[in-house]
Amino acid sequence: MSLDVNDLAVYYRTLRGDVRALDGVSFSLADGEIMGLAGESGSGKSTLGKSLIRMDARMRHVAGTVRLDGAELPVADDARMVPFRFHQVSLVPQYAMSALNPTRRIGRMVRELVRSRGVDYAGVHPELLRRLELVGLDEQVLRRYPIELSGGMKQRVVMVVSTLLNPSLLIADEVTSALDVSTQRAVAEALAGFRDRGFVKSMVFVTHDLALVHQIADTIMVMYAGRPAEKASSRTIIEAPRHPYTRMLISSLPEVGVTFAGKRLQGIPGRPPGLLDPPPGCRFRDRCPLAFDKCAEQPPFAEVAPGHWAACWKAE
Amino acid sequence: MSEMEPDVRAVQAAEGLPAQAGPPERRLGESLHFALRNPKLLIGGGVVGALLLTGLVAPLFVQEGPNVYVGPQAQAPSAQYWLGTTNFGQDVFAQFVFGLRSTFLVGLVGGGIAAVVGMVVGFTAGYRGGLVDEVLNMITNVVLVLPALVVLIIAAAYLQARGIALQGLFIGLTSWPWVARAVRAQTLSLATRDFVDLARLSGRRAHSIVFREIAPNMSSYLFMTFILLFGGAILIAAGLDFIGLGPTEGVSLGLMMHNAVTWGALQLGMWWWFVPPGLGITAIVGSLYIMNVGLDEVFNPKLREL
Amino acid sequence: MLDLRQVTKTYRVGAFGGERLHAVRGVDLAVAPGEVVSLIGESGSGKSTIGKMVLRLIAPSAGAITFEGRDVAAVRGHRATKEYYRRVQGVFQDPFSCFNPVFTADRVFGLIRAEYHRSASAAAWRARVEEALATVRLDPAQVMGKYPHQLSGGQLQRLLIARALLLDIRMLVADEIISMLDASTRIDVLNLLGDLKARGLGILFITHDLSLGNYISDTAVILRRGRVVEKGPTGEVFAAPAHPYTRRLLSSVPQLHTTWEQADAALRAGGERACPGCARGGQPGAHGPVELAPGHHVGCFTAQD
Repeated sequence: MSLDVNDLAVYYRTLRGDVRALDGVSFSLADGEIMGLAGESGSGKSTLGKSLIRMDARMRHVAGTVRLDGAELPVADDARMVPFRFHQVSLVPQYAMSALNPTRRIGRMVRELVRSRGVDYAGVHPELLRRLELVGLDEQVLRRYPIELSGGMKQRVVMVVSTLLNPSLLIADEVTSALDVSTQRAVAEALAGFRDRGFVKSMVFVTHDLALVHQIADTIMVMYAGRPAEKASSRTIIEAPRHPYTRMLISSLPEVGVTFAGKRLQGIPGRPPGLLDPPPGCRFRDRCPLAFDKCAEQPPFAEVAPGHWAACWKAE
Repeated sequence: MSEMEPDVRAVQAAEGLPAQAGPPERRLGESLHFALRNPKLLIGGGVVGALLLTGLVAPLFVQEGPNVYVGPQAQAPSAQYWLGTTNFGQDVFAQFVFGLRSTFLVGLVGGGIAAVVGMVVGFTAGYRGGLVDEVLNMITNVVLVLPALVVLIIAAAYLQARGIALQGLFIGLTSWPWVARAVRAQTLSLATRDFVDLARLSGRRAHSIVFREIAPNMSSYLFMTFILLFGGAILIAAGLDFIGLGPTEGVSLGLMMHNAVTWGALQLGMWWWFVPPGLGITAIVGSLYIMNVGLDEVFNPKLREL
Repeated sequence: MLDLRQVTKTYRVGAFGGERLHAVRGVDLAVAPGEVVSLIGESGSGKSTIGKMVLRLIAPSAGAITFEGRDVAAVRGHRATKEYYRRVQGVFQDPFSCFNPVFTADRVFGLIRAEYHRSASAAAWRARVEEALATVRLDPAQVMGKYPHQLSGGQLQRLLIARALLLDIRMLVADEIISMLDASTRIDVLNLLGDLKARGLGILFITHDLSLGNYISDTAVILRRGRVVEKGPTGEVFAAPAHPYTRRLLSSVPQLHTTWEQADAALRAGGERACPGCARGGQPGAHGPVELAPGHHVGCFTAQD
């Protein structure tokens, strides 16, 4: 197992109390596994992605451990995480280059970034060029300014740079959300290619788009209101989900070929519960058509079939 | 329902969703909460308020006009003449309180005119865009590079009878350009928001879109701008008065200093003649600027000292 | 009902406005009552520009837009504009940006009342608002008097549709109205458009998402760099895409039950066909719309890009 997350809980501090954005998440990632982390806004998927690499000032680690390749990852300690970042765990953020200095050339930014992490730039330069070529970018790109690149090109540069040291774990946070359909595909397939070539050992692909993530992910974990609802192979999640939330979510997605006149799809009524003081028990209970008395008790995230976990009393 | 708002917001922010500003009633309450706890704002506001009150109320208790020769000449402060008398036997206290009044008047007229002109020009240029924007921008830039003081000196020199209000008018008409530029920039960015398009689709006229949709979003900024203009106008007026281009009738703090210097108060050691007006101007303008820093902290959560 | 004839929008760009950016080039399309027309395109395809031109938020550089037989460009003056907006309304992409954060969300209804229904009594107006809210399936108690940030994106988007329903609209421009919504609620908003269509509304549905366009629309218009490359009945365009661009776009769409490899294989099985418009006598790379089947047009513009 390359990544092992055990009962992780991360809260946000607010003036009105703790927001339980992540409340008891356990899962593991095999070597070479790409896990899609799917959920709606407020499900905690981005919080989970961030927790594995850098918590911001408002986030508080409450419980749980994270182990990467057998060693404990000190997620709660910003200073002790420094040697792990970029070397062991790396991140491709959603708007990577937009946050960077528009007056600097790409090459200079990359050089400064690599050096700031205590790595000899000359040593990695040939590999950098080779990998840029792999994703369809030539050396010229290093002499350009961020504004001269399209969104897809920027995203690919960031992908190459963040995986330059062959980190064990890569977190891709909504990397395709702002891209056009055809670019989305190129970026997603490039990421899968990185895993195939061994640039990264495993990957967490955070997204709200199930149709996209199942194209490249081996497994998908669906989150709901700060907790995992279901994790299984991509195929199983799409074709034989067991958690009612996953089922309703998937049946609400329109596909090419499905039309309003032919087959009217249904959404999920209601809203997720507030996480400031969430109700006890299953958090999907209020919107769930299958809810019964026992749902007042939190169902465990249990293995209902080999490689298939679900947090639902009726998932067996 | 209402219990879940802040956490939804926190999680939305964490999940990369656009954070929304609070509602006005909560924001107003919040602003008030921080305003009442902001020492800069309280001290600045207190000083300005006290001086304003003095300027408004005290003249009612002064029996004679400020320029009437009421008593002995060049007398130091005493129980009868609290701030002493001038070389000519005028009551310095009477002059001071009337001077305060006119100083506030100049600030109000000058700052008010500059704010109104600047906002009208800025809103129009920013919202209309195109040729209107180009022309207004050009006018703004021309006025901006005009050496305002020189214009004021020339204007003051040519006008025979000059009152306080007229002085304020001139100051107002020369100090609006930077307001126009700032308001234009803010309007440009707000005008691209969808709610402005939606208001147009609701059949709203341009002026009501500007004043009822866009302006409320920058009310705190506009308020602070006015305070700065108010202080600036007082300072310019004092400068004009001091070099002898002040009002030909009435009295003002700057004029008092001008007279004091002209009639040798410095050489004669008559400190009571020039210290009160100098201190008054410094206190008003300084407090206004401190207030502005305080207001900035109140309105801008990032600057709050937590 | 709505007709666009050779509509073009050109922007001046560059330091001295010397260069031209063609946002929309020679677009022809029509929307009939009770019809949903999807404008599908990637960023830079000019789809939102077309929507804004229909809503008179920007003026076309050339060509004509007519609504119910009247030239939209001839709608001038405040009164005429208001009458136009009584019939034609829009809903935009970002529901949060559509609400003035300083005011409560239901103020959007207040604006409509102030401009269009001044004489309505308070009770009559309330009934009208509640009827509109019922149509979009919102509970008045949950949304009235709330501030925009207290509501979800789906609720806000439905409020905006309800707002449009307070007028006697015939035509709705829906510009990417679901792209910011969560998956579990977006389908409800989409279904709502379907219900409005059944009431006889013409809808111009602008989207970058092909599966959404396919779900709701009768006619699909595929845009690329400001030009219509393919246009036709939705079923036909999606089942038998003619233009190479449409085919490539369709094969890139992530689908739930088809992998990209399968989509590619299906594309290859169909053969890497050349543009059928060229086969019908159009000049390769430079022919305008050529009719393949009744109502199904394809155009090649590669030589002019």
